[in-house]
Amino acid sequence: MTQSATPDIAAGRLRPDEIAANFEDIKPPLDRKKALIESSRCYFCHDAPCIEACPTSIDIPNFVRMINTGNTLGAAEKILEANILGGMCARVCPTEILCEDKCVRNTSEDKPVSIGMLQRYAVDDLMEKGRYPFTRRAPTGKRVAVVGGGPAGLSCAHRLAMLGHDVTIFDAKSKLGGLNEYGIAAYKTVNNFAQAEVDFVLFIGGISVKTDQVLGRDITLDQLRRDFNAVFLGLGLSGVNALGLEGEEQLSGVMDAVGYIADLRQSPDKARLKVGRKIVVIGGGNTAIDISVQTKKLGAEDVTLVYRRAPENMGATWHEQEFAQVNGVKIKHWARPVRLIGQNGAVKEVEFERTALDDRGRLIGTGETFSILCDQVFKAIGQKFVKDPVNGKAQESLDLVDGKIAVNEDMKTSLANVWAGGDCVTSGIDLTVQSVEDGKVAAHAIDRTLRGAK
Amino acid sequence: MADLRTNFVGIKSPNPFWLASAPPTDKEFNVVRAFKAGWGGVVWKTLGEDPPVVNVSSRYGALHSADQRMIGFNNIELITDRPLDINLREIKQVKRDWPDRAVVVSLMVPCTEDAWKSILPHVEETGADAIELNFGCPHGMSERGMGSAVGQVPEYVGMVAKWCKQHTRMPVIVKLTPNITDIRKPARAAKEGGADAVSLINTINSITSIDLDIMAPTPTVDGKGTHGGYCGPAVKPIAMHMVADIARDKDTFGLPISAIGGIANWRDAAEFISLSAGTVQVCTAAMHYGFKIVDDMISGLGNWMDEKGYATIEDFRGKAVPNVTDWQFLNINYKSIAQIDQDKCIKCGLCHIACEDTSHQSIAKLNGGGKRRYEVIEAECVGCNLCAHVCPVPDCITMVSVETGKPYLNWTQDPRNPMRKAAE
Repeated sequence: MTQSATPDIAAGRLRPDEIAANFEDIKPPLDRKKALIESSRCYFCHDAPCIEACPTSIDIPNFVRMINTGNTLGAAEKILEANILGGMCARVCPTEILCEDKCVRNTSEDKPVSIGMLQRYAVDDLMEKGRYPFTRRAPTGKRVAVVGGGPAGLSCAHRLAMLGHDVTIFDAKSKLGGLNEYGIAAYKTVNNFAQAEVDFVLFIGGISVKTDQVLGRDITLDQLRRDFNAVFLGLGLSGVNALGLEGEEQLSGVMDAVGYIADLRQSPDKARLKVGRKIVVIGGGNTAIDISVQTKKLGAEDVTLVYRRAPENMGATWHEQEFAQVNGVKIKHWARPVRLIGQNGAVKEVEFERTALDDRGRLIGTGETFSILCDQVFKAIGQKFVKDPVNGKAQESLDLVDGKIAVNEDMKTSLANVWAGGDCVTSGIDLTVQSVEDGKVAAHAIDRTLRGAK
Repeated sequence: MADLRTNFVGIKSPNPFWLASAPPTDKEFNVVRAFKAGWGGVVWKTLGEDPPVVNVSSRYGALHSADQRMIGFNNIELITDRPLDINLREIKQVKRDWPDRAVVVSLMVPCTEDAWKSILPHVEETGADAIELNFGCPHGMSERGMGSAVGQVPEYVGMVAKWCKQHTRMPVIVKLTPNITDIRKPARAAKEGGADAVSLINTINSITSIDLDIMAPTPTVDGKGTHGGYCGPAVKPIAMHMVADIARDKDTFGLPISAIGGIANWRDAAEFISLSAGTVQVCTAAMHYGFKIVDDMISGLGNWMDEKGYATIEDFRGKAVPNVTDWQFLNINYKSIAQIDQDKCIKCGLCHIACEDTSHQSIAKLNGGGKRRYEVIEAECVGCNLCAHVCPVPDCITMVSVETGKPYLNWTQDPRNPMRKAAE
C-alpha cells in the first residue's frame, strides 16, 4: 500500500471472523470440573484475608466451599447478597490487587485460588438457571430517586427496593449500566452481560427507570429533592481531562479514549469501526490499556502507549500491563506529550519529552524529545467530575472535595436528603466493586434515615 | 540396594508386593501384565464351584477426595464368573511361565468338607504356591452361606482351615473379614485350625453414597443398590489396627500375616511390614492407576531401607509391634505442645479457629496493623495435635516434647485412678 497523505484510518482492517475471535471472552468461564478442582484449593481460612481485601466484603471462603460441595446456588446467593453486581465484578475486578493478592496460597506456592473465576462460575450458574434469591420487604411508601444507573446507582437501587422503598432511576444515556455498558473493554463482558445484569437487578421490582434524563437539562436536583424522600447521586465522571496542547480540539484524529470505547461497546458490527494504522495512547490507567488493546484487536498495526512515569506508578495493575504487552501493545514509560503535529487538519505525529524525577521526587522534563508517527491519538489521562449539572442553578450547593462530591462514611452529602457514591465521590478507589459498596452503604443509610423519619 | 525378596510360609517372591484376590487377578491376561510390570505375586481371584456365578452391572462405588481421586472404593462384584477349568488352566500356565513369582489361589466353596476336599486337588495340580481361603467377601456370597458368613463364625474358620490342611500339602492362608467385633477371635481360630497364615483385611460392609436423584445407593443396579465391600486408602487405618491386634495377641503372636487394606505406595507397605506383615496385597491402588504403581513401591521401599540401613525385609519386620500398646500403659506424665514455625506459616488461621471453636483455646490470634499472626499459648496447650493436622503447610506446626521432670507413670499406677491396683 502506498503512503497516503491523509491519515490512514479505516474500517475492516481485519476479516469479520478475525475481529469476532479477537473480541471473544478473554477469560472463558470455568466448567464444572475446573470449578471443583479450583474450589478444592481454598483452605477455608478463618477471618480470611481475601474477605478483608474485598471492598464489598464477600464471604469468599464460604462461597468457594459451597461451589465445592455442589451448592452453587448457595454460593451465588452468598456473593450477591454482599455484591449485587457480583457477576460483573467477577469479570472486571483487578483481583490481582484485591482478594487474590491476599490469598494465603500466594505465600507457599505463588498461585492464589482463582476467586474471580469461581465467583463468575457461581453467579453465571444462578443467572442461567433464572433463580432469583431476593424478595422485597413490606413497602415503606417512601420514594427514592437514584441519579445515574451505573454500578453505584444499580447497587443502591436494588438494596433500597429490597428494603421496601420505591425507587426511580434516572440516567442520561439510553441504557442503564454506566461504565459496565459503555466503558469496560468488550472482551471482558461478552454476550451483552451488562444488560443481562441490569435486568437481573431490576427483576426485584419496585424500581422504575427513566432513561435519557440528563441532570441539569431534563431534571434538576432541587426538583428531585422536592419530589422524592431521598436522592442518591451516582453520577460518575462525565468530563475527560485534556492534554492542554495546541491543536487538541482542532486536529482530527485526536480523540477521547472513553468516547471511542463507548462507541465500540455500542457498535453492532465492530468490523465497521474505523481505526488508525498507527495509534498513540497517552495515559496509564485501565482506560489507556483498554483503548490500546481494543484498537490492536480491531487491526491497528502499531499501538504505542506512552506514560510519563514508571510501570509501578501506572493506574493499571501489573496484570493489565502484561495483558496489553501480550496483545502487542508497546508501552513506553517516562515521556510526556509536548506537541501535536498535524497535516491537512489531521494529527500525524506526537512529540514527547522524556521525563525524570528531580532530587525532590518531582516529575520534570529532561528537554530531550522524540516523536511517534500516528494516525490517531487517544487521550486516556483521567476523567473528572462535572459539577455544573448539580450545582449550576441549585438553591443549595453540594460541598465538593478535590473536585468531587464530599460524603461522610454513610455516603451522605452536605445536603439534607442527598447521598452519593461511586466515582463521583471522594471515597475509596475508582473500581466497579467500590461503587457497588458505596451504593449499598448509602442504601442502608437512606433506609435508616427514612425509617427514623417515620 | 536392599534385598526385597520374601519367603512367606514357604512362598517365595522377588518382592513383598502381591496383587490381592480381586478383578486385577481374574485372568491370565491381567496377571501376566502385572508380572511384566514387576509385581512379586498375585492371589488369583476367588475360584468357586461350577457353574460360575453371575455378576451384575454396575459393580463399583467410590468416595472421592476434593481433587476427584478415589480415597474409598466399594464393590459388589462376586467371585470369578469364569468356569473353574479355564481358571485352573490359566493358573497352571502362568505359574509355569513365571516360576519366580508367587501364585496363590483364592478359594470359596460351600461350607462342607466334601466341597473343599474336592476342589483342592485341582488347585494343587496347577502348581500354585498356596491357597487363600476367602472368608471375607461381605456381599452376595455371604447370603449363600459363604465368604464373610463363614469368617464371622470363628468355629467355622477353624473347621475349614483344618479340612484344607488335611486335604492339601499347599500352605493355607486364611483371609479374614473385618466385619466382626474382635479380629483376634477368627485369627486364633485359624491358627488353631492349623492355618499357616492369615491375610487381612477383606472389605468392609459399606454403602458409599446415595444417588439423591433416584434415591438409591450406588452402585445402582436398575434402581436398587446393596451394601458392598469397602477398601482403598480410607480403610488403611482400620486394617492397621487389626493387623496390630493379631501381631501382639499372645495367642496369635508370630502367626504370619499378609497385610491388605488401602496399600497404595511403599510407605503404606513399610508401615504394615513394621507391624509384622510378611507380604502386602494391593488392589484398589492398582485398579485406580494401573500396575505401574509397583515401580515406586519397589524403588521407594528399597531406597528407604537403604537410608535406614535395613538390608532385608526381615530387618525391620515387626519393629513397630512392641510400641503398640494399650491406652492404660501410655505415659500420663509425658507432655508435648504445639510449635508454629512462623516462617512457614501462611496465616490461614485454621489452627486458631480449630483450637478456639473445638478445643482448648490455646492459639492466640494476634492480627492487626495489616499483619496476621498466630501464636501458641503454651500454658493452655494440652498437646492434642489438632492444629498440626488442620494446618495445610507440611511441618509448619510440630509437636515438641516438654521436659516435665516427672517419671514414667501410667494409668494403672496413677493415684488419680480410682481403680488403681494397690502397690505391693
